[in-house]
Amino acid sequence: MSGRKRTLEAISFELVMTVIAVIALLIIIAPSLVVLIVSFTSGFSLRFPPPGYSLRWYVELSNAWQLHFAAKNSLIVALWATGLSVVLGVAAALAISRSQALSARLLDSLFMSPLVLPALAFGLAALMLFSLVGLPVSPLTLVIGHTVVCVPYVVRNTVAALAQLEPTLLESSAVLGASRLYTFRRIVLPLIRPGIIAGAFIAFMSSFDNVPVSLFLRDAATDMLPIRMWQDLEGKLDVTIAALSGVLIIATVALVAVMERVTGLSRRLTN
Amino acid sequence: MGAAPAARDVTSYGMGLAAPLALFFLVFFVAPLLQLFWLSLHNDTAGLHWGLGQYLHFLTDPFSLGVLGSTLLLGAEVTAVCLVLGFPIAWLYQRVGPKLQTVIILIVLLPLLTSVVVRTFAWIVILGRQGIINATLQSLGLIDTPLKLLYTQFGVVIALAQVQMPLMTLPLITALGRIDPNLDDASCSLGAGSWRTFFRIVLPLSLPGVIAGCTLTYAAAITAFITQSLIGGGQMLFMPMYLYQQASTLQNWPFAAAISIIFLLAVLAVVSVFTTLGRMSRGYGGA
Repeated sequence: MSGRKRTLEAISFELVMTVIAVIALLIIIAPSLVVLIVSFTSGFSLRFPPPGYSLRWYVELSNAWQLHFAAKNSLIVALWATGLSVVLGVAAALAISRSQALSARLLDSLFMSPLVLPALAFGLAALMLFSLVGLPVSPLTLVIGHTVVCVPYVVRNTVAALAQLEPTLLESSAVLGASRLYTFRRIVLPLIRPGIIAGAFIAFMSSFDNVPVSLFLRDAATDMLPIRMWQDLEGKLDVTIAALSGVLIIATVALVAVMERVTGLSRRLTN
Repeated sequence: MGAAPAARDVTSYGMGLAAPLALFFLVFFVAPLLQLFWLSLHNDTAGLHWGLGQYLHFLTDPFSLGVLGSTLLLGAEVTAVCLVLGFPIAWLYQRVGPKLQTVIILIVLLPLLTSVVVRTFAWIVILGRQGIINATLQSLGLIDTPLKLLYTQFGVVIALAQVQMPLMTLPLITALGRIDPNLDDASCSLGAGSWRTFFRIVLPLSLPGVIAGCTLTYAAAITAFITQSLIGGGQMLFMPMYLYQQASTLQNWPFAAAISIIFLLAVLAVVSVFTTLGRMSRGYGGA
């Protein structure tokens, strides 16, 4: 009797949890699928399901020079910000990762703080400072601002990779007479490279997608892709944006698949 | 003198390597925030007269306080929805084989890396007058005229919950993975049912993950400017847009600075409350 009751009780628990989990996974995945489907509509509106299917909005997208221009700017800024983040972030991660000193812990908190502070407030603050010292907004100020909000991803992933590095490997290398630089190049760097790449990838994606910092730190001539899209959506619902979203979704899926192969991205984000 | 530093040298690197980034942060992160704080302490736009006028204005203005309140409430609602939906995902993740685990992780991960504008745009398509929900309800004959889903609190909460779900789910998956599965079996074999085991064993032991997830989700939800403004529309105003309007449209920099500082403090307060809870729960979980 009690065994039977427990089974029913267990079944009810597993059923409820599984159903909610599946619904939650559907909620997560559905929006991207909906956009992909709508982007192939033959109609003029975002009606779902579409009245018919065509590639017309992708053709339209290939002629949308404003979006091309904005995408090029976003790409250039993201590449510079990622490069700068990797150089500064990996060096800082090497310094703070194995140190128990208070200064190292404080620096770690400082470098991570852009992740929780409202980026819009930082964007405004940076704009105020640049205007105070007379530095006009330009692609340079954009790269600086983006680097501040992207470097935490590089630091965090590099620190995590360094934490898994066996110190005995470094000691053996030193005992065998290798210089520190040689050990770094031949032992440390190859072992932490996947971590650095994963951090750089997330930094790149977050720079490419950044709106709050770009809003304040771009000049009128530098249109950024997410801002362009946002402003287009505020105005009217343009199906070209659906085609662009389709391209971005597919590019993201492809990049994540590559990164999963190269760096084991999913393991990194759950450890 | 000789041996100890040499031994430390090979496994660690000098703090000097952190200097470039520390300097970069000092100049481009700390200095701007200090300047923001400095300007917020001025009563006039030119920054000549010191005073707490901007803060007094905010704290005595029912409209401003309303914006702050609705922003904090929005964060709480989104965090609650993410927790209720995210926890079962993490639970399911621990129950399935490695293949399905990778599938679940990638489903959770993809939105995190997809452009926020794209994800928000998807919700416009879903919640719109001709969107899926309205089209389905109408074709089923349940409603005659389209429901208003866009530009409502419900719409903002559900869209933000989807956008921020990965931030809740990933720490939960990590936390549940650290729980000894024997505890679950022990509890069940001692006669506690599945529900009781879940609420008495699994949930308390996963508290560090719950708190980490809640912190990230809350901070992200209240600052998620794009989703708030596109799904909320013009009628609903939250702190980030309020800040942006004051700074950009009205060029009232000292007031915008004060809004930023108040918003920063609110976020920091929430984060430190969560962090304190996290420290306490770790003690609990470890005991």
